[in-house]
Amino acid sequence: MLATLFYIAALIALTSTMAALTRANAAHALIYLIVSLLAVAVMFFLMGAPFAAALEVVIYAGAIMVLFVFVIMMLNLGDTGEDREREWLAGRNWFVPGAMAALLLIEMLMVLGDSQGVTSGNAVSPKAVGIRLFGPYLLAVEIASMLLLSSLVGAYHLGRRFIVRRGEH
Amino acid sequence: MNTIALIPLFPLLSATLLIMSAGRMPRHIAATIGAGSVGLSAICVALLAKDFLADGQVLELTLWTWMSVGDFAPRIAFYIDGLTIVMMSVITGVGFLIHLYSIEFMWEDESICRYFTYMDLFVAAMLLLVMADNLLLLYLGWEGVGVCSYLLVGFWYKDPANGAAARKAFIVTRIGDTAMALGLFLLLTELGTLDIQPMMIAANSQWQTGDALPILATALLLGGAVGKSAQLPLHTWLPDAMAGPTPVSALIHAATMVTAGVYLIARTYGLFLLAPPTMEAVAWIGLATLLIAGFTALAQNDIKRILAYSTISQIGYMFLALGVGAFASGIFHLMTHAFFKALLFLAAGAVIHCLHHEHNIFRMGGLRTRLPIVFLSFFIGSAALAALPFTSGFYSKDAILLSAWALEDIGPWLWAGGLLGALLTSIYSFRLVFIVFFGEAKTEPDRQPGWKMAGPLLLLCLLSLVGGWFALPLAGVFPAAAEHTVNHAVEWISIGTPLLGLLLAYLMFLGGQLSVDKMVASSGARALRDFWFSGWRIDQLYDVLWVTPYKKISYWMRNEPVDAIYNSIVAANQWAHHRLLVLQNGELRWYATTMVVGLILLLAVMLRNAP
Amino acid sequence: MDGLMVPMEHVLVIAGLLFICGLFGLMLRRNIIFMLMSLEVMLNSAALAFIAAGAHWGQADGQIIFMLILTVAAAEVAVGLGLVLQIQRRFKTLDMDQAHRLRG
Repeated sequence: MLATLFYIAALIALTSTMAALTRANAAHALIYLIVSLLAVAVMFFLMGAPFAAALEVVIYAGAIMVLFVFVIMMLNLGDTGEDREREWLAGRNWFVPGAMAALLLIEMLMVLGDSQGVTSGNAVSPKAVGIRLFGPYLLAVEIASMLLLSSLVGAYHLGRRFIVRRGEH
Repeated sequence: MNTIALIPLFPLLSATLLIMSAGRMPRHIAATIGAGSVGLSAICVALLAKDFLADGQVLELTLWTWMSVGDFAPRIAFYIDGLTIVMMSVITGVGFLIHLYSIEFMWEDESICRYFTYMDLFVAAMLLLVMADNLLLLYLGWEGVGVCSYLLVGFWYKDPANGAAARKAFIVTRIGDTAMALGLFLLLTELGTLDIQPMMIAANSQWQTGDALPILATALLLGGAVGKSAQLPLHTWLPDAMAGPTPVSALIHAATMVTAGVYLIARTYGLFLLAPPTMEAVAWIGLATLLIAGFTALAQNDIKRILAYSTISQIGYMFLALGVGAFASGIFHLMTHAFFKALLFLAAGAVIHCLHHEHNIFRMGGLRTRLPIVFLSFFIGSAALAALPFTSGFYSKDAILLSAWALEDIGPWLWAGGLLGALLTSIYSFRLVFIVFFGEAKTEPDRQPGWKMAGPLLLLCLLSLVGGWFALPLAGVFPAAAEHTVNHAVEWISIGTPLLGLLLAYLMFLGGQLSVDKMVASSGARALRDFWFSGWRIDQLYDVLWVTPYKKISYWMRNEPVDAIYNSIVAANQWAHHRLLVLQNGELRWYATTMVVGLILLLAVMLRNAP
Repeated sequence: MDGLMVPMEHVLVIAGLLFICGLFGLMLRRNIIFMLMSLEVMLNSAALAFIAAGAHWGQADGQIIFMLILTVAAAEVAVGLGLVLQIQRRFKTLDMDQAHRLRG
């Protein structure tokens, strides 16, 4: 039964991702994406990675996607934006990306199809993850925090509204 | 310091001083330094000669090693034997007299400082040439005199014709210099050294007489000698080089530089003796040149050009002497020629100087009474040139003619040609004397020569008369010439021919019994006279053969077709660049798509190679 | 709670499919927002693969790498959206085909 659940979640993830990427309305696309992320979180949970599942929901869907939503609201694309997007999504534009994607898919399947192995049935608890984090991956955590700091500063600077006075360039 | 080293040092130092003064040195000082340095060198040579005549010992002096490349280490070294002493005496002795004369001749010229710089540099280079121990140092002097000749011929550079004449001199001699350089390369690679004495010994042990290599090497050296000594076919530069100041012509184109070729052949006689065909070529070149130049001199009317063609002709005699193996006679004639030709040129310079730069002999006349010292100089000089009895030229030219006769096979032909040349020499030289100094005066001289001009003239007169009475210290230098039986008939004919020429010249130009106008009345005769006047049309021939095609080819290539090959590489590069630039269109989607294409290709390759 | 036993093959294929979807979206859409969303999808698929690997070996390393991927995605989105705001202000459009001043 769990296996069925797994494959259903996978199916949901795939379909909602495809839906997300082919919407004209940005807000709709985002919601579909959030659904996809939630489905993937279910998959994580089923594979025995509860911590990762939680993170996926809380940070990925909860923070990053929300950030996207905020920016889209700020940009205020509106109906004209949607019409434009629909125009850009016309059928003839699908040909080259579709062909490329199909070829790559075939190749990836050929590469990945040979892999052996099975997921172990055991879950890895958050406690174990925490121990690993404070152990061998300590440095990685520090660097990750510095990365976030730099992105914070960068985002703050890039988001500023530069007031252009008349006569100034 | 060693006397030997001082000899080229004095003129070199004075040239350096004068050139560094940038023309701002006062005249008196420049002239004193310029002429005085050569005088000091002459004194040193005299001291050296005194010692040499006493003990006959060859002197060698090495200053330093010039360069050291692999096995090849030429030195700055001097080799003083009898031949060197003779050449040095001529260069510094006659050179000093010419420098003294130049002081007065060039006194009013504004660039007198530059003049003495070049003259001293020339003397230094020529001394290096004759004193050199090895052919590389000789070549240094060779090139040095070539450069100074260019600088001095084009001395009055503001007139483009002088520049053209200087360039012609340099370029034509350059052709010869290139041949000589090739000869030096050949000698170095075959014999391993360019030191003259060891080289001749090595050549004698390595090569047989008549081998191909010595013939080739000597032919190349002969090419260089022909260029520098203005023999056929590279003689065209000398008449045009008369564009320079007259003392320059006296020094360079009479006494010293043009004798460098003769010196070269005499110095490397060992090599030439191993190549009889080249020796024969030397003799024939000498003969052809002396005849052609002789006929040409007969038809000229510029006083300096007559003397120029006469120089070419007399050097032909020296080549003739060398070609028949009479090396000592050739050098003897070189020395006497230096005396009387310098005398003639200086006297011509005096005429030009006093007649406000008139060159055409048909506009002169009657100068016998107006410029007596000059007339005396000219008369004695012409007498020596024509080899009238008991002048110095008489002894040297007759020695050559006798040696020519003594050679088997071609000897009599060479002798007959030389005899004809002597006749021509006599006719044209006395033609010059009679037209310029006798008859009615067409131009009056506006001044008389001062002591600085007259003194050297008189001294050279003396030398031209008595110079033939001394035996040159050449005993140890050349192999002993074979004693030939004296043929009295030949001797008397040789003595009589110049006198016959004098008689003919008198009849044609002074007495009027033989009218020259009637002789050139017919159109055929006139054509012949024009042909001789243009130097047998050799200049025109060279223009058609070499100059015009060269100019045409340069014109065709004016767009640099060879560069087109390299430019085409650049152009192809730029074309490819612009074609590829289409891919960089700045669009994000396009970049993403191309990345995916690349990824597909990469995976395809990996999948193909995967086991 | 114990986890599921799924053949690795299947999970990796799913991850691959998700990746291809993201790539397709990247190549298809002109609006920068959607391009960024496609990037997120691709990052997510990579994370899925890592988790699968971690589950295979029964170690926590997979989840830790997932966390780091998350960090990178967050940082990138933050900065990227800032850039989007600037693009909107300067080019007055979000069409990426118009932003080709780096051409040539």
